[in-house]
Order: sequence, then C-alpha cells, then structure tokens
Amino acid sequence: MATMNFATQLLQMLAGALLLISFAMLAERRSRRLVTLLVWQGVVLVASTALVAATAHQSHLYYSAALTLLLKVGLLPWILLRLMRKLGIERDNEPLVNVPTLMLVGLVLVIFAFGLAQPVSALATTIIRRTLGIALAVVLLAFLMILARRKAFTQVIGFLALENGLFFAATSTTYGMPLVVELGIALDLLVGVFIFGIFFFQISEQFDSLDLQHLESLKED
Amino acid sequence: MNMAVYVWQIGGCLLAIALAPLFAGWVTQCRAWLQNRSAPSLWQPYRMLRKLLHKDAAVATHASPLFRSAPYVVFATMALAAAIIPSVTTELPLARVADAIALVGLFATGRVFMALAAMDVGTAFGTLGARREMMIGFLTEPALLMVLFSAFLMFGSTALPAIVEGTLTAHQFVLHPSLAFAGVAFVMVLLAENARLPIDNPSTHLELTMIHEAMVLEYSARHLALIEWASWLKLFNYACIGFAVFMPWGIVVDGADPRRLVLAIAALLLKLVIAGAALALFETVSAKLRLFRAPEFLTMAFLLAVLGLLVHLLLEV
Repeated sequence: MATMNFATQLLQMLAGALLLISFAMLAERRSRRLVTLLVWQGVVLVASTALVAATAHQSHLYYSAALTLLLKVGLLPWILLRLMRKLGIERDNEPLVNVPTLMLVGLVLVIFAFGLAQPVSALATTIIRRTLGIALAVVLLAFLMILARRKAFTQVIGFLALENGLFFAATSTTYGMPLVVELGIALDLLVGVFIFGIFFFQISEQFDSLDLQHLESLKED
Repeated sequence: MNMAVYVWQIGGCLLAIALAPLFAGWVTQCRAWLQNRSAPSLWQPYRMLRKLLHKDAAVATHASPLFRSAPYVVFATMALAAAIIPSVTTELPLARVADAIALVGLFATGRVFMALAAMDVGTAFGTLGARREMMIGFLTEPALLMVLFSAFLMFGSTALPAIVEGTLTAHQFVLHPSLAFAGVAFVMVLLAENARLPIDNPSTHLELTMIHEAMVLEYSARHLALIEWASWLKLFNYACIGFAVFMPWGIVVDGADPRRLVLAIAALLLKLVIAGAALALFETVSAKLRLFRAPEFLTMAFLLAVLGLLVHLLLEV
C-alpha cells in the first residue's frame, strides 16, 4: 500500500467517485438531476482517462479522453436536455418505491462485482487493474437502475451510465480499446440517442406519457 | 511528564465543555449570515446558559426521580465522551481504557436516558419525540460504527488515538478512497445525530417535524441548561471525531508539551471555524426531509460506510 504512487491513489479516488455517482443515480428521483449526475460521471471518466494516459504514457488515451469530453460532457447532455425541454418533462419526478431495498440490492451487486473481478484483475498488467471491480459494479448498478425505472427517458440515462462503466472497465484492464473501435462506439451512442429521441416522441404521442407500463397494453392475450 | 498527561486529560475535557457553546454560537451566526439575517452574538449560548441557571426549575407533579436525574446523566456522558476523543493530544489516559466502540455506547446511553426522561412525564409531545429519536438513533448507530470500522481496518486498532497516530506518523501522504466514502457517510450521520437540518430543524418548534425539541419541552431552568449544553457538546464531540479520523493534522502525538499544545489548540480552533461554516452552508442549501424519508437518508449513510469498507478491501489491502 505504501508503494503506490500519488497518481494511482488519485485514480482510485476517481474510481470511488464513479461508484458514488452510480449510487446517487440509483436513488435520484428527478430526471433533471439525473442528467447532471451523468455529466459528473463523464467528467470523472475524462479525468481518470487523462490521468491514466499521463501516468502510463499511452498517448492514444488522450484522444479517447478528448472524445469522451466532447461526447459525454458536451454533446449527449445537451441533446438530452433539449429532448427534455421539447417533451416537457424537465420537472418530471419519478416515483421510486422502497429506495432502501434498492440500495441494499445495489450493495449486494457491488460485492458480487468485486468478487467476480478479483481473479480477472490478477491477470491484468495495467496500473489501475484493481479498479476493474468498481467498473463492473458501475455496469451492474446501471442495469439495476434500468430495471427499477418505468419511464423511457430515465432508462436511456441508465443505458448511458452502463456505457460509462464499460468504458472505464476497458481503460482499467487494457488501457482502452483501439481508437477505431472507440470512434465506432461513440458514433453508435450518438445515433442511439437520436433514435431514442424519436422513440420518445412516438411513445409520448401515442400514450401521452413516457411511462413504459402503457406498452404492456399492446400485447395480445 | 506523567502528571502533565493527567492534568491535560482534565484540561482537555474542560476545554471541550467551555468551547462547545461557542462552536454552536458560531454555526448559528454563520447560518444567519448566509440567510441574510442579522446574526446573534457569538456569546449568545453562554448568555442563555446564564439566564437558565439563574431561574427556578419547574418540574411536573408526576415526574419521577429519573426525570430530574436525566439531564445530569446526559451531560456526564457527553463530557466523558469529550474526554475520550483526542481533539488536541493523543496522550489521553482515558482513551487507552475506552475505545471508539465504547464511545458509541456512551452516546447511546445518553440517548436512552433522554428518551426515557421524555416519556416520563407522559405528555404526548415527549413520547412522540422519544419515539422519533429512537428511530433515528437505531439507524445512525450502525452507520457510525461502520464509518469507524473503515478507519479501524486501516490502522488495525479500535482506539481513536491509534488512528490519529497512524495517520500522522505515515511517511507520505496517502489518499484513501474508502475514507472518502466514510467521510460522506459520517457527515450524514453527524447531521442526523445532532438534529441538524435535513432530519430535524434545531430552530423550530413546529410539532409535525421536531424531534429533539419535542423531547425537552418539559424541562426548564438548570435542567434545560444542562440538556442544551449537552447537545452542543454532542455536536462538538462529533466534530472532533471527524477531525480525529479524517483530518488529524495539528494534534500532538507525543506527550503534552505546553508550547505544542497551544499550537494544537489553535489548529483545533481553525478546524472548528471551517467545519462550522461548512455545516451552516450545508444546512442553508438543503431542505428538511419528510420524517418518513429519514430512514432512506440514513440507509444511504449506512450503505456508503459499508461501501467504504468494501472499497478498502478491494483497493487498499
């Protein structure tokens, strides 16, 4: 523990912050604040990627940090906020039942993720391989968030949080993916959010609400 | 040398008792400034104590001896807690005897007596306050213990002085992610335990919301003075626990050299000024939670503290 240098400690702090934000997202009721939390997650991701790039001398990670900054801190939140304004759900509250239970399930998921990551991270060679457990936990918590939500909009935010977790996992185990792959994923995300936006409009036009329970009335008995 | 340690043990405890109203006054003053009100004097708590101590105590006809003795018990537990917490020096003979788990037990003793005394007279408000207090208490206690366990795991000891010494004698500055989690959880516990804003408003007597104030409605004069003093001391103690675990810089670790003690007291005052301002700021920007949301808030605190433990096991072992 004493041999770890300052940059590694800082990276671990950032990983901890990522986990903290994931839990905050799990318990957040207001859609507007969820977007803010997503932006914060993006900021932490940019900082950690840039720090890994600096300490491990991986210059291609600078590009991916810049890409993350552009996409996840700038463009995606802007699109999401615009969508919220157009759909008139800026002040939307989502009723969440039984947050304490949700939190405890989240805690179990974190333990599971940490246990799962232990043998994998033992094989990795990067400087922050220990944070793989946290990355997995972020992914699982995003899944849990998607499961717990009923509105289409917040589920999409959960999906974006999930992608953040995967991105962090890639950085922590293998110093990120090749730039071509990352560019592809970024484009996919962007197009995905556009398509989701179209879906939102269709759903809200059809049912006057983004609550996905209405979709169940479509199935045939 | 040995004698000086004992002198300091008593001196430190008296210092905490003397400074606690000042700290409470500072927090009130900061809150008033932040809310654009004219602030009461920094010495207002002392004036209030003097006023209350000069009055004649009125006690309900049906009050049992428990009602009369509870303020003394509560005050004594808080004073004893102040003697255990290393706020200025770690050379505390009492702290070697009682560790931080005993400290949590002391807080619990004070709480139980307070709740029993509140129910003793049999008014509706007292009982209501006592029940709410116990509900908050049973949720904060595990969270506080988990926060302390994160620190215990790191330094392999359950004594607060050992934690302070462990941090201060480390060769280099080490960032601990687990302590960040524990720190957030600790602030949440501090707010809940000291009847601060998201859980309880210290400056209201609105029957729907009050917790601490509902319990002390039946008290007057010297009894009320002791209870108020004890609650200020509790806030002070919590602040000192926070300093000991999260930012122990300035605390003297070897012996009770008078000159270095003066420096340590100055550091303590500086930390109190900053912590008080931060507390006031937090209280100003946050709104009071509905009582039924309080368990959610405190579950979050417990969860963060447990996460701190897990992160410690994953990253730092």
